[in-house]
Amino acid sequence: MNNMHKNLQNFIIWAQNKPGVLFRILWLFRRKQLNIESVTAGHSEIPDITRITITVSNNGNKVKNMVHQLNKLVNVVKVEHLDTAMLVYREMALIKIALSEKEEKSQVLRIIEHFRGRVINMTNSVMVIEATGDENKIDAFYENIKNFNIVEFVRTGRAALLK
Amino acid sequence: MKSRLKTGQKVQGAEIVCESLLRHGVSVIFGYPGGANIPIYDALYKYPELKHVLVRHEQGAAHAAEGYAWATGRPGVCFTTSGPGATNLVTGLADAMLDSIPMVCLTGQVPSKMLGTDAFQEADVLGVTLPVTKHNYLVTGAGDIAPSIYEAFHLATAGRPGPVVVDITKDAQANYAEFAEPEIMPEFNKKIKTDATADELDSLALLLNNAEKPLIIAGHGVLLSGDGKSLLKVAESQDIPVTLTQLGLSAIPHDHPLFMGMPGMHGAVSANRAPLEADVILALGMRFHDRVTGKVSAYAPQAKIIHIDIDPSELGKNVVPEIAIVGDVKTILNRLLPKLKKRKNPLWLDRFKLWKKEEEEKVINPELNADILKSAAVINLLSKETRGLATIVADVGQNQMYAAKYYCYRKYNSHFTSGGLGTMGFALPAGMGAKMADPDREVWIVIGDGGIQMTLSELATIAQEKLDIKIALLNNNYLGMVRQWQELFYKGNYSQVRLKNPDFQKLSEGFGIKSEKADNLNSAGQAIKNARDFKGPYLIEFVVAADENVFPMLPAGAGIDEMIISKADMK
Repeated sequence: MNNMHKNLQNFIIWAQNKPGVLFRILWLFRRKQLNIESVTAGHSEIPDITRITITVSNNGNKVKNMVHQLNKLVNVVKVEHLDTAMLVYREMALIKIALSEKEEKSQVLRIIEHFRGRVINMTNSVMVIEATGDENKIDAFYENIKNFNIVEFVRTGRAALLK
Repeated sequence: MKSRLKTGQKVQGAEIVCESLLRHGVSVIFGYPGGANIPIYDALYKYPELKHVLVRHEQGAAHAAEGYAWATGRPGVCFTTSGPGATNLVTGLADAMLDSIPMVCLTGQVPSKMLGTDAFQEADVLGVTLPVTKHNYLVTGAGDIAPSIYEAFHLATAGRPGPVVVDITKDAQANYAEFAEPEIMPEFNKKIKTDATADELDSLALLLNNAEKPLIIAGHGVLLSGDGKSLLKVAESQDIPVTLTQLGLSAIPHDHPLFMGMPGMHGAVSANRAPLEADVILALGMRFHDRVTGKVSAYAPQAKIIHIDIDPSELGKNVVPEIAIVGDVKTILNRLLPKLKKRKNPLWLDRFKLWKKEEEEKVINPELNADILKSAAVINLLSKETRGLATIVADVGQNQMYAAKYYCYRKYNSHFTSGGLGTMGFALPAGMGAKMADPDREVWIVIGDGGIQMTLSELATIAQEKLDIKIALLNNNYLGMVRQWQELFYKGNYSQVRLKNPDFQKLSEGFGIKSEKADNLNSAGQAIKNARDFKGPYLIEFVVAADENVFPMLPAGAGIDEMIISKADMK
């Protein structure tokens, strides 16, 4: 899995916050036969401008051309195509684990501590954990915790800023 | 600028549609009314300046608008209703998208409250047309109509032209809003680079000034940039041979000594051999399409390529250029010209004489001197009779190749066709649109017996409008291009290419269009004269050889070094 993250190329796209804009952008990746590994979209520091971070596996010329293709979309204001080395970025994962015995709970808490995760909700039988980091850290966290009874697992794409 | 409304006047959305078109200088609209755009047709009643042509199928409206745009350089305009009216436009939109033709299509949509309910004649027009437009809009309020239409006109011609759809709900057409001329929002004025930098110009001039075997390949971008004179001046200053891609034909006079034909799958021997020997290729407003390059790895092995195009996404897409410049071809060539050393290049031009002679002997002369009537001979006759000054609107297939190769275009921007999408049936409505846009043109539609039957219903529109259009129907009773492939590459298995055609004379007569039939060179020549003497639509059915093949030919996927010059060349 680690190798998979190595070659990810990042597109950071600033676009108007209007209906259908995300669809136009994602459609273009499909049209140009690029497989999206992750997408993160949300408000930026500029009013009415959405910031979208998309990662794809490296595909040489196609990836380079994609910047120009994206720029042709009317609602796209700005596009940057960046190497991972130029970014600081985080992913976040939420994991819900069902616990049956006390011993399990302490084991899980040890793992959480090691990965600097947080417990954000806990009942007698269920624990919801938040973990942040790059993809490799999230992968490693998942590897360590997957033998417990995972009820739900969700992870975001990259939230990235230029260094 | 014509106008009817005053700023601030409160009117129905439908009237705002008409007013916006009037203020954009639209003279002709191609359309078809229906339930969801009936308010627009009601408003049109008050706008006699907007000439409306009632087509017989919305695809015809789209191609007619393309023809209008080819002839004028201004966006062609269509009206259709919702659902099937809008989806019938799709082929024409895709055609305009690939061939960079400006168009603004206004489609009616179900009332906004019914959107998403699968209402009668509802189609997701935004979703359906997204892949085949530069941009599209869904307008649900009367107040949003003018801004959307103004943006659409701006986008259709900004940078690389293309089609834009504005989908307007019926309630937006019927509701009232104040008319005001909108300002184009700044995001629509994304900076389009049109000129080369000084450094770019210097490196361009350096490469050309030191080239031994330079070659120009110019495409549609030259015509879209508005003149072929700058191209000709650059070529003449250094004796650079010029080849024109299919969509670039007629950018310079074809009888000019530096014109070396069209490159590509059915290109001229000279235009396909030259890239193999050239050391510098100046590619202008063209996109190294697969039909032009053949197998890319075998294309122009020793040439340094200079690629100039207004669309940055085309540079480096198909071939890797030595120098890539984003900009307008005419602007850049005019600035380049003073930097070029004047010189002659007789040795290089002699190579072309040899290649031209080879094609003449092996292909052209046999075609023109055959005992039986051939399409090439018909087009050659037409070229001579009209002295190369007519506008040829060519369809798709063999007829298109003959129109490209055997007509000697001497009038700038006088060859229109469906290049990228290759839409059979394009020529009949597109020719109609070209004639309506510019009635002074002598318009000849060149079309096959397959293609004409795809949009045949537009003969009724041509008759209704009493258009002075001439139709050269090349009838071989076959889908000729597919038949040719089957003959050459599929062991002569003629699968589904034979047509049992209608009686085209009776058919024309039914539409009220005069026609005649010609099956030999003499009658063909006379028929062309008769058609030209007649004021009004005229169809000539040329009965041509059933088994003719267009040569030279690059088999699909082959390199330009594998060009087949005649059937005798095949193993």
